[in-house]
Amino acid sequence: MSNLRLIIKREFIARVRNRTFIVMTFLSPLIVIGMVSLIAWLATINSEGVYKVAFVDETGAFYKDFVNSETTYYINYSDLSLDKAKDSVIIKEFNGLLYIPNKKNNSEIAKSVQFYVDESPNISILNDIEKIIANKLTTNNFKEKGLDLNAIRSSEALVNIEIENFSGEKTSKMSGYIKMIFGGAAGYFLMMFIIIYGNMVMRSVIEEKSNRIIEIIISSVKPMQLMLGKIFGTSFAGILQFIIWVILGGTLLFTISFIFGADPQPLSIEPSITVQDDYQQDIQLIIQDIFKLPLGILLSSFLVYFLGGYFLYSAIYAAIGAAVDSETDSQQFMLPVILPLMLGIYVGFFSVIENPHGTISTVFSMIPLTSPIVMLMRIPFGVPWWEILISILLLIGSIIFIIWLAGKIYKVGILMYGKKPTYKEIFKWIKY
Amino acid sequence: MSNLLEVQGATKQFGNFTALQNVSIEVPQGSIFGLLGPNGAGKTTLIRIINQITLPDHGSVYLDGQALQPIHIKDIGYLPEERGLYKSMRVGEQALYLAQLKGLSKAEAKKRLQYWFDKFDITHWWNKKIQELSKGMAQKVQFIVTVLHNPKLLIFDEPFSGFDPINANIIKDEILQLREQGATIIFSTHRMESVEELCDHIALINKSKKILEGKVTNIKRQYKSNTFEIGLLTDDNDTTLSVLKEKFETNIADFKAIDDQLKVRITLDNQTSPNQLLQYLTQKGQVLRFNEVIPGINEIFIKTIKDNE
Repeated sequence: MSNLRLIIKREFIARVRNRTFIVMTFLSPLIVIGMVSLIAWLATINSEGVYKVAFVDETGAFYKDFVNSETTYYINYSDLSLDKAKDSVIIKEFNGLLYIPNKKNNSEIAKSVQFYVDESPNISILNDIEKIIANKLTTNNFKEKGLDLNAIRSSEALVNIEIENFSGEKTSKMSGYIKMIFGGAAGYFLMMFIIIYGNMVMRSVIEEKSNRIIEIIISSVKPMQLMLGKIFGTSFAGILQFIIWVILGGTLLFTISFIFGADPQPLSIEPSITVQDDYQQDIQLIIQDIFKLPLGILLSSFLVYFLGGYFLYSAIYAAIGAAVDSETDSQQFMLPVILPLMLGIYVGFFSVIENPHGTISTVFSMIPLTSPIVMLMRIPFGVPWWEILISILLLIGSIIFIIWLAGKIYKVGILMYGKKPTYKEIFKWIKY
Repeated sequence: MSNLLEVQGATKQFGNFTALQNVSIEVPQGSIFGLLGPNGAGKTTLIRIINQITLPDHGSVYLDGQALQPIHIKDIGYLPEERGLYKSMRVGEQALYLAQLKGLSKAEAKKRLQYWFDKFDITHWWNKKIQELSKGMAQKVQFIVTVLHNPKLLIFDEPFSGFDPINANIIKDEILQLREQGATIIFSTHRMESVEELCDHIALINKSKKILEGKVTNIKRQYKSNTFEIGLLTDDNDTTLSVLKEKFETNIADFKAIDDQLKVRITLDNQTSPNQLLQYLTQKGQVLRFNEVIPGINEIFIKTIKDNE
């Protein structure tokens, strides 16, 4: 047991002292923060540009309706002919020219409106223009048919469905997105962690093999101890890195949002949904929603699946490392690792988001190789406790099995030099 | 003299390949035991079994009369042929780590390491990384780590490879000193001159089977053919040679000498004693050289393997 502790300590120190680890730990939060800031900054620049639209309104009915907004600026060219207006727009470098010809009736007008541009306009600007014209034409139609406009307005019904669960708690419509973001981020992060740290375990096994220190070590300790020590030691390095990231990232994000006075909250939410009158109230609802998520279960299951997934895959990585002589040779064995991870991510992003409790989502959140990712994505949507329990039990069972299997391959592999093994040979090693 | 290590009927198979077949050896307490054999004979597998790295399919191993158990790891020091150290780890840290894995406490390991580092005059390496050291330097560190925990049994697999002659000599002296302090040493090598020099017992393994084992002197006695190398100063070499050829089984020998003498090898039959031969020779001329040809381990090695094929 004390040997295991020694190995864990050595592996941990070896990982943490590594220059790449230090650089990655302290640089990546900066990179992430930098990226977020850059995207936010670019978004502001993009929306700051006012879209200039000149219009030639031959009917003379619309010019009052084109009201300048923050994003769009309308210029009335109705006194020019279409050709002259076009020239002028090109010279003055406006973004587009809207042409509303005079036709005998509204439906003809509706069909013949033209928009001349160099570059296709933003969909929302096009929508705005269409809406303005459509509103005007509809109103005109009502008038022509002698309908009472005020009566129609007052009889329009506005529906805003309030979502409430059976225990009486209200949620915003955004809660689905919040759950998606939480689950998606957790699943994606887990995959990255497994790949990065699994690779670390593998590289460390290969290093011992190629340094030829392996035989010296295993004359003192059991190969299984060495493998487990490696997996645990590396996982502690990962946990340390994660903690540093959380602290650093939190501090940095807080500082930046404090300095720039930007509220980080709306950044993470799809902007198109926030088209509501009461912006402030919405944010409150979102925050409420976040706190309404089963945070306790979310965090603890995150930890369980995080470690479980890592142990499962790092054992496979260790076996691969033992089987090959160099990292280049390891490529041929990467498929069994990358395939289930990718499958987990795809199932997560397609099936879970579409139907978190559908058959595919449920099955893949039980299969041990994909369950850490898929279940993490499902949990924010509320998964019955017994499903989580079964999935965790299956995961633990397969961790034990995989570690046992990997241990057998590891034991033989670390003493094999020189030849590139095939899957068939590795299978034979298990029986030695 | 009791045996420190006994291997009884060790058999190991890897799939269809038999690495060891019913191999038994006895390593006497305090001996230097040479484990010889061509490449791929099964030496490494045997050593790995003794080190509990591999488990034998059949057979058992006894250390000091007890069946081999995990606690015996600390009684064995093993310097494998394929050896190395963590390249990016510091020398001192690494030596401490490896010593602690062998069950030494940190303080004790540090004390002993200081002794050995002083002895080899390498104290200034303590904070260097292995990658900054030359191969020979790293080998010295490995040697220290192997012997640091004062094991009863030391196993050296090609210990001199990678050392220059001066350092090889230092290591050889250390091995001899360790034996004097009571350690038993198993020594696996292809370098027959060092076997000749160091080993008092040998075992020869070929194609997974042991084909020879015993005390070096006994084996040599067994393999000597009653042949004598003779240098004789005569008036007429040619005549004397033909006379000798008639009387004994005589071959021309070749060795360095300053006089123009008759150089022959004579193999005696059971009826003639060496003294009788000498007496006969003194009548034929001046005997300048008369010594028994004792087979070297190298010859025995080659001969035994050829005979077994």
